[in-house]
Amino acid sequence: MTTAIAEAVPGTSRSAPAAKEIWTPFNAHSEGQRLFKEWYARLETANERHEPVANVFVMGNAIEILRSFDFHMVFPEINSLQTGVRKTSAEFIRISEDYGMSPDVCSYVKADVGMMLKEEKEPLGKMPKPDLSVSSNMCGTFIKWAEIWERRYKMPSFVLDLPGQRSSSWVVRPGDAQHSADSRWVEDQFKDLIAKCEKITGKRFDIDRLAEVQGRVNQMVIHWNNVMELNRTCPAPYNAMLDGLTYIGIMNVYRGTVEGVEFMRRLEEDVRAKVARGEGRVPEERFRLLFSGTPCYVSMRRLVELFETWGGVFAYSDYLTFAAGGMDAAELLYDTSRPLESLAEVTALAAQRGLSNQFFAHERMEKQIKDYGVDGVVFHGIKSCRFVSAGMADTRDYISKRLDIPTLYIESDLIDPRYWSDAQIKNRVDAFFEALQQRGGAGPLKGKATHAQGRTA
Amino acid sequence: MSAQIVPDYEAQLNAILDRCHSASLDARIPDAGELPEGYTGTLGNFPVYFPDEIAHAAGLLPVNILGGGNKLEMKHADARMGSFVCSICRSTTELGLNGTLAGLTGFVTHPICDAAKHLAGIWSRNLPDQMAEILYLPQNPNSPGAARYVAAEYQRLRAELARKVGHPISDAAIRSSIRLYNKKRRLMRELYQIRRDEPWKLSCSESYLLVRAGTRIPCEEHVELLEQALPAIRQRHVAAQDKPRVIFVGGFCEQPPLEMLETIDDACFVVDDDLLIGQRWFTEDVPEDVGDPVWALAESYIERSHASPVQHDERKPKGDYLMAMLRDGKADAAILTAAKFCEPGLDEQLFWSKDLDAAGVQYLVLEFEEKMTSFEQMAMQVETFAESLLFALA
Repeated sequence: MTTAIAEAVPGTSRSAPAAKEIWTPFNAHSEGQRLFKEWYARLETANERHEPVANVFVMGNAIEILRSFDFHMVFPEINSLQTGVRKTSAEFIRISEDYGMSPDVCSYVKADVGMMLKEEKEPLGKMPKPDLSVSSNMCGTFIKWAEIWERRYKMPSFVLDLPGQRSSSWVVRPGDAQHSADSRWVEDQFKDLIAKCEKITGKRFDIDRLAEVQGRVNQMVIHWNNVMELNRTCPAPYNAMLDGLTYIGIMNVYRGTVEGVEFMRRLEEDVRAKVARGEGRVPEERFRLLFSGTPCYVSMRRLVELFETWGGVFAYSDYLTFAAGGMDAAELLYDTSRPLESLAEVTALAAQRGLSNQFFAHERMEKQIKDYGVDGVVFHGIKSCRFVSAGMADTRDYISKRLDIPTLYIESDLIDPRYWSDAQIKNRVDAFFEALQQRGGAGPLKGKATHAQGRTA
Repeated sequence: MSAQIVPDYEAQLNAILDRCHSASLDARIPDAGELPEGYTGTLGNFPVYFPDEIAHAAGLLPVNILGGGNKLEMKHADARMGSFVCSICRSTTELGLNGTLAGLTGFVTHPICDAAKHLAGIWSRNLPDQMAEILYLPQNPNSPGAARYVAAEYQRLRAELARKVGHPISDAAIRSSIRLYNKKRRLMRELYQIRRDEPWKLSCSESYLLVRAGTRIPCEEHVELLEQALPAIRQRHVAAQDKPRVIFVGGFCEQPPLEMLETIDDACFVVDDDLLIGQRWFTEDVPEDVGDPVWALAESYIERSHASPVQHDERKPKGDYLMAMLRDGKADAAILTAAKFCEPGLDEQLFWSKDLDAAGVQYLVLEFEEKMTSFEQMAMQVETFAESLLFALA
C-alpha cells in the first residue's frame, strides 16, 4: 500500500491506515455519513482547484479509468436520491415540471434538472461543473439525462455501450466466443474514453495506476460479496433495503479508493462479528424477504418499518446487485497483470449480470430465493422508472405460479412524494403478512439459511 | 383515330391506399400456408430499426410489431405491466398474451428504451416456444469498432435465424435482399421528396399508409405498390391550399392514430416527419456488391443512417437534425409530439421546444397515445396553431 497517498480520493491527503490498528467500534452508518460529507466537501471546491470532474452513474461508469486520471466523480443519481431522503425532492421536481418536464419521466432526472435550474445547489453543497459525463445503455434514461448535461454544460458525453443478456437461458462464460466479442467492443470504447480523458486532463494514461485502482476494487468486491453472503444467515445481520443502501453508496462513491477498501473491510468484520454473536437486524426475525426494485427514498425508513414491525427483514435485494453495476460476484475480479483487457472482460460480464437482473429477472430470482432462504418476495414498482418496473408485474406472476411463493406488489416512486400512499401501502403490507402467517405461521427461523465462509480480500 | 386511354391515376392510387390501409390494420400473423412463396415463417421485430434483410434472406417475413392501435381491447396486459408503461409496450404484450402473435417464429426487440428491453423477458416467460431476443444495437456509434460490433451482433442473429429455419443463410441471399430493400428505400425517399416539393399532392396520412404497409407485407409486394403509387401521385391534379408547412416529430416508435394525422393534414402541409423512421433508416443505399453483405449493413447502420431520439450519436445532435428537417422541408413550424409515458420522447420534446425557442421557430406540443379515440380537442389546437401561423406569415 505504498501508493496510498497518491491513490486516495482526489483532493485528499489521507494516508492508508496502518496495517495494525487499535480496534475501535465500527458504525457503518455514521462512518458512511462521514465519508459522504467528505466527498461532497471535496466536490464543492473541485472547480476552484481546476481539477477534472466527471458526471457518472452507478451502473456502467468506467470509474477505474476516470480515477486513474484523478477525476472527481459526481453521481447525480445519488444527489437526487438525497433530495428524497432530505424531503426536498418535491420542490426540485416542481421546478423542473414548471420548466416543462413531463410528470411521467424519471423523478431523479427531474430533481437534477430542478437543482440545475437553481444553480447547482444540491442538498449537501454546490456541485461542480463537469468536464465530461460517462453514461451507459444499462438504463436508457441515463443517456437522455447525459444529453441534458451535454446541452447545458457544452461538454462531451461519452456513452459506454455494454451489451447485455440477449435472451433467456443466456450463458456467457469468461473467454468464450461471445464474451470475447463483447469484451473487444468494450475495450475499444475504453481506449476511446482514455483518449478523451487525456485530452481533457492533459495527462498521459498511466496503466500502472489503473492496475492499482483495480487492485483496490478487487478487495472491495471480495468484502462486498462476503457481506452479502453473510446475510444468508438467520437472523440476517442487516436489512438489505436500509443498511444495505449505505453500503452500496460507499461501494459506488469510493470504488477503487483506500477509504473504500477500509470501509468495506471493517464492514465485513463488523457483520461477521454480528453473525458470530447471533445478532439480527430485527430483534425477533420471523420472515425473511427479498425486495425487488429500488427504495422509495422519501419514505425509506417508513417502508422498512412497515415490514420490520412484523418481524420481516429484507435479506436480499436485487437493488444491491444492479445498482452496483453487477459487481457483487466474487468471480468478477480484475487481473491486474493485464489491466485494460481485464477491465473490459469484467465490465462486459458485470454489465450482463446487472442488466439481466431486471430484464430476465425470473432467472436469477429463483436462485436468490433459495440462497437467502426467503419466505416471500416484495416487488416495488416505481412509477417513473421503467428499467426497474416495466417487467415487474409479469415477473411476479411467473414467480408466484412457478415457485408457489407469496409475493406482494406495491407501487410508489423513487423520490416523488406524490406517489407514496401510506395507508394503502400499509394495508397491502399487513395483508401480505397475514397471508404469510396463514401459510405456516411465524416460527423461529434459525438455521434456515446458511452462509458461505467467503473469500479473503 | 382511336381515342387515347388515359389511366385513371386517382382510382389507381385509391386502390393502393385501400390495400395499404387494410394491411396496416391487420395485426394477425399469417399462417405458414398463407405466406407467399419463398417465405417459411414470420419474424416480429419491435421499432425502431431492424435489419430486415437478414430475416428476408432466411425466408422469414419481417413484421414490424407496432402495438394494437385504438381498436384493441386489453384483457391480459393490464395485470402484467404497470399503468405507467407506454401504450405500445402494453398492447404488444397484450397481442402476445391474447394469441394474436402466436404464429410468429420469433420476436426481436432492441435497447431503444428500458420498457422495450423488458419485452424480451416478458416474451420468454409467456411464449417460450418463440425465439425472443434483444438485438443489442449500440448506443455508442462513435467509438472505433462500432461497425465491427454491429456486424458481430448481426452474425449472431444470422446464426440464430439459420438454426430456427434449419438452413444456412448465404451471403448471396443477403446481397439479394439488400438489393430489394434498397429499392424499397429509394422509393420511400422519392415519396418524401414529393412531400417536401409538392405537399399538396400527398398528405401525411396517405404517405404514412404507404410506408406502414411495408411493415407487414412482403417487400416484393411493397416495392410493386410504391412503383405504381409514385407516378399516380405525381399525376395528381390538386390545387395547393393555403396551409402552413410544418414538420411532425415524435412518431419514431409508438404510432399516432391515423385519425390524428388526418386531423393535422386538415390544417397543415406536413412536409417531413419521423414516422416509422426505422423503415427509412438509411440515408443512402446499402452497398450491394461487396464481399461481406453483413458488414455492408452494419457499416451503413453506423455511417449512413437517420437520427432518432432513442439513439445517441455525437455526430447528430438532436437540435441539429430537427433544424435540418425544417430547413430541407422549407417548413414554417414544427409539431412536437410524444407518446404518453415514452420517456425518451417526452425528454426530447421538451428540449426540442427549447431549441426552437432559441431559434425563434413556432411549434405546437402534442401528447398522444396509440389508443386514443377522441380528436376534437386536438383538432381545435391544430387549427388554432395553423391559423396563427398563417396570420404571422401573411
